[in-house]
Amino acid sequence: MADENWKPKIIAIICNWCSYAGADLAGGARIQYPPDIRAIRVMCTGRIDPLFILKAFQDGADGVLVSGCHFGDCHYLEGNFKAAKRMFLLKSVLKNIGLDDKRLRMTFVSASEGAKWGSVMTDVIKTINELGPSPLKEFAR
Amino acid sequence: MAEVKKNEEPRIGVFVCHCGTNIAGSIDVKAVMEYARTLPNVIVADDYQYMCSTPGQNKIAEAIAEQKLTGVVVAACSPRLHEPTFRNATKAGGLNPFRFEMANIREQNSWVHMHQPEEATAKAKDAVRIAVAKASLLEDLVPKSVPVEKAAMVVGGGVGGMQAALDLANAGIKTYLVEKSPTIGGRMSQLDKTFPTLDCSQCILTPKMVDVYRNEGIELLTYTEVEAVEGYIGNFDVTLRKKARGVITPAEAEARGIVGGGCTGCGDCVDVCPVIKPNPFELGMAPRKAVYIYHPQVSPLIYTVDFDACVKCGLCVEACGEKKAIDLEMKDELMTVKVGTVVLATGYDIFPIEKKFEWGYKNYDNVITSLEFERLICASGPTGGHLIRPSDGATPKRVAFVLCAGSRDNTGVGKPYCSRFCCMYSLKHAHQIIEKIPGVVPYIFYMDIRSFGKMYEEFYYRIQDEGAKFIRGRVANILEDPVTKNLHVNAEDTLLGRPIDMEVDLVVLAAAIEPSAETEKTRRLFGVSCSQDGWLLEAHPKLNPCGTTTAGVYLAGVCQGPKDIPDTVAQAEGAASAASIPIHRGEVELEPYFAQCMEEKCAGCGLCVNQCPYGALALVEKDGRTVMQVTEAKCKGCGTCGGFCPGGAIWMQHFATPQIVAQIDAFLLGGEQ
Repeated sequence: MADENWKPKIIAIICNWCSYAGADLAGGARIQYPPDIRAIRVMCTGRIDPLFILKAFQDGADGVLVSGCHFGDCHYLEGNFKAAKRMFLLKSVLKNIGLDDKRLRMTFVSASEGAKWGSVMTDVIKTINELGPSPLKEFAR
Repeated sequence: MAEVKKNEEPRIGVFVCHCGTNIAGSIDVKAVMEYARTLPNVIVADDYQYMCSTPGQNKIAEAIAEQKLTGVVVAACSPRLHEPTFRNATKAGGLNPFRFEMANIREQNSWVHMHQPEEATAKAKDAVRIAVAKASLLEDLVPKSVPVEKAAMVVGGGVGGMQAALDLANAGIKTYLVEKSPTIGGRMSQLDKTFPTLDCSQCILTPKMVDVYRNEGIELLTYTEVEAVEGYIGNFDVTLRKKARGVITPAEAEARGIVGGGCTGCGDCVDVCPVIKPNPFELGMAPRKAVYIYHPQVSPLIYTVDFDACVKCGLCVEACGEKKAIDLEMKDELMTVKVGTVVLATGYDIFPIEKKFEWGYKNYDNVITSLEFERLICASGPTGGHLIRPSDGATPKRVAFVLCAGSRDNTGVGKPYCSRFCCMYSLKHAHQIIEKIPGVVPYIFYMDIRSFGKMYEEFYYRIQDEGAKFIRGRVANILEDPVTKNLHVNAEDTLLGRPIDMEVDLVVLAAAIEPSAETEKTRRLFGVSCSQDGWLLEAHPKLNPCGTTTAGVYLAGVCQGPKDIPDTVAQAEGAASAASIPIHRGEVELEPYFAQCMEEKCAGCGLCVNQCPYGALALVEKDGRTVMQVTEAKCKGCGTCGGFCPGGAIWMQHFATPQIVAQIDAFLLGGEQ
């Protein structure tokens, strides 16, 4: 699929207390990053059902980012640990179905790490650009 | 489960905010608004300069009434800023406030893509589409009201914590003041004088300590640490560890049936104690015994046994005699108290300035920190107020003050922030030595003098007139003359543009400050975030500097960021006021993001029960089969159970699976492919 106009479609599912706040802080500091990621807010990364992520890939997402609090900082004590365990499982599922597991990333960005959010955004978009369009895209819909 | 109106045709209103030029500067707001009109279920779309203003909010309320909307989307700033505002506007229009969804097109769009207007506009359209998809599926929710315990806790007994406790108690609230050390007073009790008024620190602090001790509304818990925290705003169950003090108070003695016993603060035990160790209150510059008080003005005036040093010889028990105040077999005790709100005032420590090895602290005898200077110049300090050179006890005639020692330091060793009070106390130090030592010359090495407070600039001029020498330049290194123990301060005088090598008798480093050692542990117990440098994170830097993102927990003083005494006291009063509001209201509303079990789908496997960190889920027998049941009072709405249920049987209110899937689909399948 050598489409020159291709732009990656990346979805980020991020927690309200740390990563969403960190993303807001990046805005307050006017840290500039590429605009290819759309964020969905949940209260905790623990809320993220692995099926959400598989659904996103089924819908043709080129990449999925999950971002929560640092370990030990979770607003709900341990939701991010549980999310991380699920992401490990999911990565092996993705590999098994022939999808590069780099298309799924979990990061930990705190409410004070605006600059880190900017570099995570830049890096995720760079990774997905290098990987190219998701092979599942043509089956979407 | 909350009421879901079946077969209700969604009617969504979309409102796009310009936010002056904050959003409109890089996003084509009109195009986003026109695009919203093309989306399914959208009945009305509008834009306005400032949606959060009264006319903006009125637009929302009017549209709800006129168009019989079932959901509202506002594309503006972050929901973390204005979600409550627009929920109120939604409510004013006669709709349940939880039928509102926000699209963040400012913090996470226009501000971070300032030079890419086309991409930013496309992203804003996507954000609106995602929000409309969710708003179409939102349901009525009712916040849960919970009663608030009529008691508060203050953690930290420095001047900020004391002020907060006094205010809360004087407002009629039972207040627990928890302090880890054996006395209240904090850092301020180690200071000699305070700028710019030159009040003696102890003279203004001690009466406050007595007020705290005598206040009937305050339960003073010194030598006590927070062990565990459970619950939420209104109902915190805090477990405290009362460390074994080895000495009982008169009240405790009475409880044990010892008539007229308990510690009276006479100090007979100190005279016989054979163990000597450095006194941390004097920063190790004076000795203390294994049974001790920090300083004569401690409150409460109760001795403490340092069990790390005590050899349990029992001489003190004999000396105490009939009072029977000393119990060398005492063990730590745990106690649990229930409070409605909490104020954290955990203060600061001095940055270990020996890490800046070029200044030779701890290598050279005559390089001291400003806090050591405070003790040496203090009349009740180890030298009785005579400033001496530690190497030979001589009176210094040339004293260099090195400002920004470890502060405003981007080398990675020190701290990048300004510690905010070092300029002013160094000016005060210069004044104090001029006053006490005839012929002394203070040399102040500074980057900028930051004298920003009331009467501070005037104080700066006064110290200039008194003869202090100001040298604008950062000190590169300090070298010791091994014979005389004098110090050579090397710096560049940036005003004259030439290097200088100045020989002085004493160097005082105005060391940076950092969060106290207990701050990290305490903040994790209470679930409070911290900023990059470890200071506790306020809910909003400007609009909510005393609050935190954990409802019911407030911040006072330096634990939130460097500040001087007036600012600490002011913030403590603010935090006390904020902490008293829920208590005086008597109840608080919790966001109704509860998990609900859809019993028809629940297989009763119980996997969710172990996922819940709060023990809110349980399996129950119902109509002859096992299903899960949620205790709403315990559920905090994280949704970890909902992310795990293999049968999809858990309905997370406001973050339900169909709502999130609709958002994913709207982004990836909706819009232009």
